[in-house]
Amino acid sequence: MEYEVNIGIEIHAELLTKSKVFCSCPVQFGAPPNTLTCPVCLGLPGALPVLNKKAVEYAILTALALNCKINRNAIFHRKNYFYPDLPKNYQISQYDTPIGIQGYLEIETSNGRKRIRIRRVHLEEDTGKLIHSGGRITGSDMSFVDFNRSGVPLLEIVSEPDISSPEEAKEYLINVRDILIFLGVCDGKMEEGSMRCEANVSIRKKGSDKLGTKTELKNINSFRAVERALQYEIERQVELVSRGKEVIQETRHWDEKNEKTVSMRSKEEAHDYRYFPEPDLVPLEIDDAWIENLRSQIPELPEEKYERYKNLGLTPYEAKLLAHDLELSIFFDRAIKLYNNPRNIANWLLVDVTKELKDRNKAITQTLLTPEIMAELLLLIDEGKISGRIAKDILPELIDKGVSPKKIIEEKNLIQITDTSALLSIIDQVLKENAGVVEEYKRGKEKSFMYLVGQVMKLTKGKANPKLVNELLKKALG
Amino acid sequence: MLSIEEVIHIERLARLKLTDKEREMYRNQLNDVLNYAAKLDEIDTSNVPPMYHVLPVSNVLREDIPRENFSQREALSNAPLEEGGFFVIPPILGGEE
Amino acid sequence: MELADLTAHELLELISKKELSPQEVVKSCIDRLERYESKIKAYLFIRNPEEVINSVKEDAPYSAIPIAIKDNILVKGLPNTCASKILANFIAPYNATVIERLNKRSFNIMGKTNLDEFAMGSSTENSAFGPTRNPWDIERVPGGSSGGSAASVAIGSAIWALGSDTGGSIRQPASFCGVVGLKPTYGTVSRYGLVAFASSLDQIGPITKDVTDCALLYSFINGYDPNDSTSLNIKPYIYSPLKGDIKGIKIGLIRELLGEGVDPLVKRCMEDVVKTFEDLGAVVEEVSLPHISYSVPTYYILAPAEASSNLARFDGVRYGFRASGKTAEEMMSNTRGEGFGPEVKRRIMLGTYVLSAGYYEAFYLKALKFRNLIASDFRKVFERFDVLISPTSPILPFKLGEKVENPLEMYLADICTIPINLAGLPAISIPCGFVDNLPVGLQIIGPVFSEAKLFEVAYGFEQATPFHKKRPQLGGITNGV
Ligand SMILES: [Mg+2]
Ligand SMILES: [Zn+2]
Repeated sequence: MEYEVNIGIEIHAELLTKSKVFCSCPVQFGAPPNTLTCPVCLGLPGALPVLNKKAVEYAILTALALNCKINRNAIFHRKNYFYPDLPKNYQISQYDTPIGIQGYLEIETSNGRKRIRIRRVHLEEDTGKLIHSGGRITGSDMSFVDFNRSGVPLLEIVSEPDISSPEEAKEYLINVRDILIFLGVCDGKMEEGSMRCEANVSIRKKGSDKLGTKTELKNINSFRAVERALQYEIERQVELVSRGKEVIQETRHWDEKNEKTVSMRSKEEAHDYRYFPEPDLVPLEIDDAWIENLRSQIPELPEEKYERYKNLGLTPYEAKLLAHDLELSIFFDRAIKLYNNPRNIANWLLVDVTKELKDRNKAITQTLLTPEIMAELLLLIDEGKISGRIAKDILPELIDKGVSPKKIIEEKNLIQITDTSALLSIIDQVLKENAGVVEEYKRGKEKSFMYLVGQVMKLTKGKANPKLVNELLKKALG
Repeated sequence: MLSIEEVIHIERLARLKLTDKEREMYRNQLNDVLNYAAKLDEIDTSNVPPMYHVLPVSNVLREDIPRENFSQREALSNAPLEEGGFFVIPPILGGEE
Repeated sequence: MELADLTAHELLELISKKELSPQEVVKSCIDRLERYESKIKAYLFIRNPEEVINSVKEDAPYSAIPIAIKDNILVKGLPNTCASKILANFIAPYNATVIERLNKRSFNIMGKTNLDEFAMGSSTENSAFGPTRNPWDIERVPGGSSGGSAASVAIGSAIWALGSDTGGSIRQPASFCGVVGLKPTYGTVSRYGLVAFASSLDQIGPITKDVTDCALLYSFINGYDPNDSTSLNIKPYIYSPLKGDIKGIKIGLIRELLGEGVDPLVKRCMEDVVKTFEDLGAVVEEVSLPHISYSVPTYYILAPAEASSNLARFDGVRYGFRASGKTAEEMMSNTRGEGFGPEVKRRIMLGTYVLSAGYYEAFYLKALKFRNLIASDFRKVFERFDVLISPTSPILPFKLGEKVENPLEMYLADICTIPINLAGLPAISIPCGFVDNLPVGLQIIGPVFSEAKLFEVAYGFEQATPFHKKRPQLGGITNGV
């Protein structure tokens, strides 16, 4: 029996505003517990929310980047539920008028490009953090609450169940993350929880027109986990159904250690959020002027970069790697203005520079390497002033010290010897010292020639221009 | 007529531990009020827009400027139980009984 | 007459003329406290008398005129219980905006006054710490929920006070205690630091001995506050001496608020009121607001709905009373079950129900539509009238315990004040007569932002009548009990 899979993904992204969404407390990570709070985000009696303009603009920006329609009249609702990390025991969120609706995102799949519809993009507030004694929620004898995160602006991005495989799910997530990063609204770090993801999964017999019963997967904290959790859950459902069993609609928890999803029904309760319009906030009126102003601030996104890079002659592989790396692509775009050989730069960036960065585990912006230096280096090679070998040798110094390659090669006098007379005398010397090898060569042993070239390079500490050495040596050997 | 099961459901949603006596009392009093509220069915309001705000205001927004506020001391000043800068509460899921 | 019987503006004048030393007023109020507080129980917290006296500053006249603050308005460093066990040990860690404004003028706070728990009630009997009694007859309630503030002003243990009004909680106790109370236009006084009952209806307002004090105190607390998104950024009311010329103004007498359920003796007072206004040259006509009779059901859906959400934060996690429990959830449910009183639980249950799945449209949404109808009734009528009048309460101050058994009956008594909150309008209650030595209140209602006009009309009536000069027979209290 053939099954087809329907996956919908709900992303919660913490916005990079300076202050919280409904109060002026600083947004910061890793501060001591309960040092970033005020009456509002602690849910004290009498406190009232005031909406952060930047958070709204980040939400609109993202909605636009995800091809959403913008709700001209967006209002906030209270989502009522009790939980100790939710100070007011309601979350200020959005209900029937989210900021963005009916968007989409296109992803690469094994069989071509595919459009994933986005149902809604809305703004809400984050909760505090619970820490359980003993580190695990089960069996702990008390819990600790920190409200530093309470009120941090969250963007909720909900897709339609258009995703049909774990690979597509991962691709979709990566694309959304990169858009958030390129917009500068979220750092997209899943492992650190600044981007969180929940997935609902259902399977149905191929061709059947109604969706199967879905389960909701929580606690997926990495791109790797997304793929594995979905893979596991799909197999579990297929196994159930093929045994004639039913899939139960429930929330399941991804158990990273044991690599399986476990039912949370024990913790389940009949949800009735009693949404109603937040009376402490007034409506948002988002007019065209505001929208167009924000639209004009959207930078070039990975998709467009990818296309542009391919047109510059990069391979799809190179283009994709560069287009999805904000720092590298910015560096690349500046470098090609100074040195007109994109493929060459791409090559250096993606191979040699990337390797050096990995060793230091730094982003290129955290080093002293500049597009100017890069361009200068590649020009020196083209002009034959240095060999690629030497360029690679001095790269680490450029990255760490940010000095001009010209200077380095002068100081260390690494400039290639292109002066014929100088080389001839060296060649003379080599031929004398290796009379035997010369004999072998003359008897037709080709390899000997390379040996002799090597000797010349050795005496010149690699500075001799290889092409020139070849010519002169051939002549000298008659 | 509101059933006791409904009363218990509401009680749970509202996180209010009630006694049986209270449940019975509220069941009756809620019914009184709800029956009285049926007065609102007297006129057809299908074409009347709901009034969310009495005054026509919109776009009240704050600039994104951070301000330090409570110190940890102040934040915890009314805490029923605290430790190491945290509010301390009973476990989320009961410990093994 | 003792100093504690005078109004703020009278006392301020005496002080400015150096005819009395500022501390004497405070001493007179403290004397009232010592003599009568044990009977009236207007306060839940009283500042140390020494402190209050020492807070008087020569260069700050208002520091000489003690003010009482309802115990649901946060004053940094003072307890704030909302008359609830669930906040019994709560100390406010910040100031309400209105308190910040009063502090700029070095106002001198006498204490925090009693109320119906979380301002839910009309008699101050729903206080976890015992009821306040009416200074005019201590067998009777002072009204509510700002009963403590109204009583303290009536008996002179404070010269003026702040209350909060969600469905009549300033005006009705002012009426029952024979003093003046203003419920301002929604959005003119910041709600920041007022413990929310029903956010879309709550407003803080003054309770004073006469209209001039009311206008003065309102001028100090009104104005835009960036910490309250529903506070309006408009030109604030600035006090200027009242003239009370009401010749030619058009007054509408609301027919529906004189119908059945209104005490005949109250009706009699209203007839005199009409006559007084006509003598003053005003034109009084009966007017009908067809949907006003739906106000009570509308209010008792909207207010509890908002309250059920506003009061969710009292869960024993971060502040206030905490009951025991094996799990966090159990602790929260026990805390709320034990910490809230009967009326609060009743309204939380009601509000949770009307918002719950399947009932939202039938109750909450429908109520919002009626709110619209009621508000537009007023809008239409104000095209023809300058102000509207009605009794503040259809009934006289009732005996303690008389209505506790029947919540609905108690709710129905709010019929005159509730519509004003639903429409977001300003309304003032002033004394307009006495029946068997029990005060009767007149409610004057205006269009939004018409506070200045309300003061003029109220002042005109006040100056033409003796009622605002009458003080409760305090001696009677000591004999009374
Ligand atoms: Mg959410
Ligand atoms: Zn805060």
